[in-house]
Amino acid sequence: MKYQIRLTGDNARLTREINARCGVDLTQCYQCGECTAGCPMTPEMDAGPTKTLRLIQLGMEDALFDLNTPWLCASCETCTARCPNDIDIALVMDVVRQMARLKGKKIPVKQPRVFQDVFLKSVENNGRLYEPGMIAFYNLRSGDLFHDVGLGPKMLFKGKLPLLPHTSGNREKLREIFRKAEAFEKEAGKETSREAHADPGHGSGSDT
Amino acid sequence: MTYAYYPGCSLKGTAIDYHTSAMALAERLGIELKEMEDWVCCGASPIHQRNPALASGVANLLLSLSKGISPQVAVLCAACYHNMKKAEVEMREDGKKRSEVEEISGIAFDPEVRTRHFLDILDKDYGLNALKEKVVKPLSDLRVACYYGCLLSRPPEIAFDDPEQPTIMERLLEAAGAETVSWSHRMECCGASHAVPLTHAVLRLVNDILQSARAAGAEVIACACPLCQANLDMRQAGILTKFGVAHNLPVVYFTQLLGLACGATGKEVMIEKGMVSAAPMLRAKNLL
Repeated sequence: MKYQIRLTGDNARLTREINARCGVDLTQCYQCGECTAGCPMTPEMDAGPTKTLRLIQLGMEDALFDLNTPWLCASCETCTARCPNDIDIALVMDVVRQMARLKGKKIPVKQPRVFQDVFLKSVENNGRLYEPGMIAFYNLRSGDLFHDVGLGPKMLFKGKLPLLPHTSGNREKLREIFRKAEAFEKEAGKETSREAHADPGHGSGSDT
Repeated sequence: MTYAYYPGCSLKGTAIDYHTSAMALAERLGIELKEMEDWVCCGASPIHQRNPALASGVANLLLSLSKGISPQVAVLCAACYHNMKKAEVEMREDGKKRSEVEEISGIAFDPEVRTRHFLDILDKDYGLNALKEKVVKPLSDLRVACYYGCLLSRPPEIAFDDPEQPTIMERLLEAAGAETVSWSHRMECCGASHAVPLTHAVLRLVNDILQSARAAGAEVIACACPLCQANLDMRQAGILTKFGVAHNLPVVYFTQLLGLACGATGKEVMIEKGMVSAAPMLRAKNLL
């Protein structure tokens, strides 16, 4: 992907917002490319992690949220383990995903987001993951109705799929943690957004 | 030796063979894995991708369930290990994080608690020499590619072995008489839960991993994660369709091989569960 870099206004705002959200300091990235070299998902990504971090440093918010990169990140943490400046790059990918949701951005690739949602819904509902139910919901919500249907019977035959959901005596406790963590994240989001905007004497960053 | 055992969801479903073989092995070694009651799902990768505070809150609940059994929590799944160990280390080292997580989970963190992967327990607590003494059927003439994938040793703060060049699985399997191969893709990610939403990418990754293991002369891949096993084993049919490559390489859990070496039967380690069966090859070597 090619970008025309035009710095307008406060281009460090995005870097500050991410720093306030998770403590990662992206000014430390000197673009060595180690993260992209080890990333297993780059063939499918619009841009590797190195370029993604650069867009953040430049404050190019629209270009950043247009990338499929954070949604394709498999959370393998190879980048985090190898970064010579100890930047937790995998955590930044998580944070960009969360920011995209909280800011109501259009998400460029649907399937990983749907998977995340149905997975966590299954856990919240049952206390434990119920794989057949999750896959059924995934197929409905993603519109890919016959995804992997061939595997189901094979796994059933091998006794690898439970017929009914397992539940847990701590299901209610788990739901309470879901509620509290969601409220905590929303509150933290508001605060960090205020902090990031509060830098005096600057306008907002733009990449248009 | 008693540990509080957290199986996690996969070990009661798609990875029932991992659970069963680990139990059979533990029994032969005299290790007690006592299942914690009323455990819930750790949330795997989706949970921290959505909300890290939720991931730590759930991990703190899970760690608290070890109370009354042992502060040593035994885990087999790499994703469960990753989530629980990460939260545990974070809470022990960062007071602010700890109070946030305690608030969200409504549970006080016990700094004595330790999340332990079963590989680490066998290596450090049980020991290779003690394991060798329990081997009744050495895995002679068996060439194994040990596959680590991602989350067993990443991030480095939670690793129990060298995070870039781990040897723990090789050491254990060699102690049981196997020959391990040197290969390029032992630490490459299999794509994990992307197998559902981004199947095409996982087929590409798994094809490379299997290719590399075969090129190194492996007859079987050993792994320590339910998602690694599922992707490497179940996706071979998809790889045949997409790339026209028939790998036919069995992918088993390290506990299945060690279990057999320590005298468990094929049935006890559920060796027939794989889509690509390891049974004919093991039978030909008199290991079944």
